[in-house]
Amino acid sequence: MNTKLGRWTLAVSAHLALLAAWYLFVRLGEVPKFVMPSPAATLDALLQPNYNWWGNIAVTGTEIFGGYLLALAVGVALALVFTWSKTLEAFFMPLLVSLNMIPKVALGPLIIVWFKYGVLPNSIMAFSIAVFPILLTSARGLREIEPELLDLVRQLKGSRWQLFRKIQLPGALPYIFSGMKVGAILAVAGAIVGEFLGSDRGLGYLMLQVQVTLDTPAMFMAVLLITLLGMLLYGLVLLLERILVVKDARVA
Amino acid sequence: MHVSREPFIRLAGVRKVYGEHLAISDATFDVLPGELVSLVGPSGCGKTTLLKVLAGLHSHDGGEVRIGSPTHPFDPSRDVGMVFQAPLLLKWRRILENVLLPAEILGLSMKEARERARHLLQMVGLAGAEDKYPYELSGGMQQRAAIARALVHDPKLVLMDEPFGALDALTREKMNLELLRIWKEAGKTIIFVTHGISEAVFLGTRVVVLTAGPARMADNFEVDLPRPRTLDMKTQERFGEYTRRIYRLLGME
Repeated sequence: MNTKLGRWTLAVSAHLALLAAWYLFVRLGEVPKFVMPSPAATLDALLQPNYNWWGNIAVTGTEIFGGYLLALAVGVALALVFTWSKTLEAFFMPLLVSLNMIPKVALGPLIIVWFKYGVLPNSIMAFSIAVFPILLTSARGLREIEPELLDLVRQLKGSRWQLFRKIQLPGALPYIFSGMKVGAILAVAGAIVGEFLGSDRGLGYLMLQVQVTLDTPAMFMAVLLITLLGMLLYGLVLLLERILVVKDARVA
Repeated sequence: MHVSREPFIRLAGVRKVYGEHLAISDATFDVLPGELVSLVGPSGCGKTTLLKVLAGLHSHDGGEVRIGSPTHPFDPSRDVGMVFQAPLLLKWRRILENVLLPAEILGLSMKEARERARHLLQMVGLAGAEDKYPYELSGGMQQRAAIARALVHDPKLVLMDEPFGALDALTREKMNLELLRIWKEAGKTIIFVTHGISEAVFLGTRVVVLTAGPARMADNFEVDLPRPRTLDMKTQERFGEYTRRIYRLLGME
């Protein structure tokens, strides 16, 4: 089963099998709906307009993608600045590694104090948790570039921008993508934790609202939608990697 | 080939120090336009440092470095091509795009550069590999592409730092012959750094010998062997005299 089609079949089968197991568990075990809804009951929740799914998806999606894009820009830019100055890198890098040790979730209450609640603090939460893996892998990728390759460009009096655009960025791209994949998953977690801690909109907020009434089907649907948002982001990252990184240069 | 007697490169008492460490001292030699000069010596003799000084990547701490003459003016950014021990091709670019890199950085006309790159790939024996990625080529072929890249902006001076050091012995001999052919066809001045003594004599119109600990220039002589050079010359008595001369200087006899 090593053909592409065979692998696809297996992958889809595994997902369908989980769905079937879920259905059978609820049906045969006569599990009450408020403990675990059936797949049908979960899907039914999606049809209820009072949950405002689209609006909540838009809010949570904005937090995830906004925080993530900011993390990407800041992470790569900081890593680049470190290649310009060894002193700056030696000064900031250990500090950043220490800051990375802070459980970002613990910052949640502080972020709410500083930025109130809403889309911005939740994006900041997603950003703060996603930026480190991207920064660390970018810095690593930029360091791995052969110094002689940089000499080649410097000898031709190439500009800093040319060096970045033609050598450093594409050279570090396989590493940057490995950080982006980790960051994508973390950004979703960050945004949801932000919504749990304080917000008035979004899928995480919705979960807290319906929790009081033990509306488990809606909670299941919210988790599913959050997962799909994460898969969308991750899928986009994979797609971009496929387009931008030559096969031989990809880091697993 | 017309060779004027006005030197293209003049080094007089060149010295380079890194902190406490003396990397080169008293490097003094001339290079005529169109010469292929071998710089030979053990690791740590400062040959790579000297190459970087010539490339304008490092400054020197003493002596004089003059490149260019009234008949052969020299622009340090445009007139140098470099080849390193590793091919250092960009993995994400096809071979033709790799060769074009210096032309892009210098902002040359891409239409002309593209034509020139194709011609150069043909000259180094890589016709048909334009659209391949580096990983699809062998080490020797990658190094040929690196040589084409070093020539694409039509530099007057080509600096080579042990370009065949990572190749197997047979490929290396073959690349030596290829380099002599390319050199003749392209008409460039080449400085060729190597630790291969027989390679230095085989390729060079002139050999400059550097010794390590302390780093200094030990010899500079013209190689009076007929051209074109052929591999069987390596078995000739005169070839042996040259290599013995170098071995003696390096204290290896």
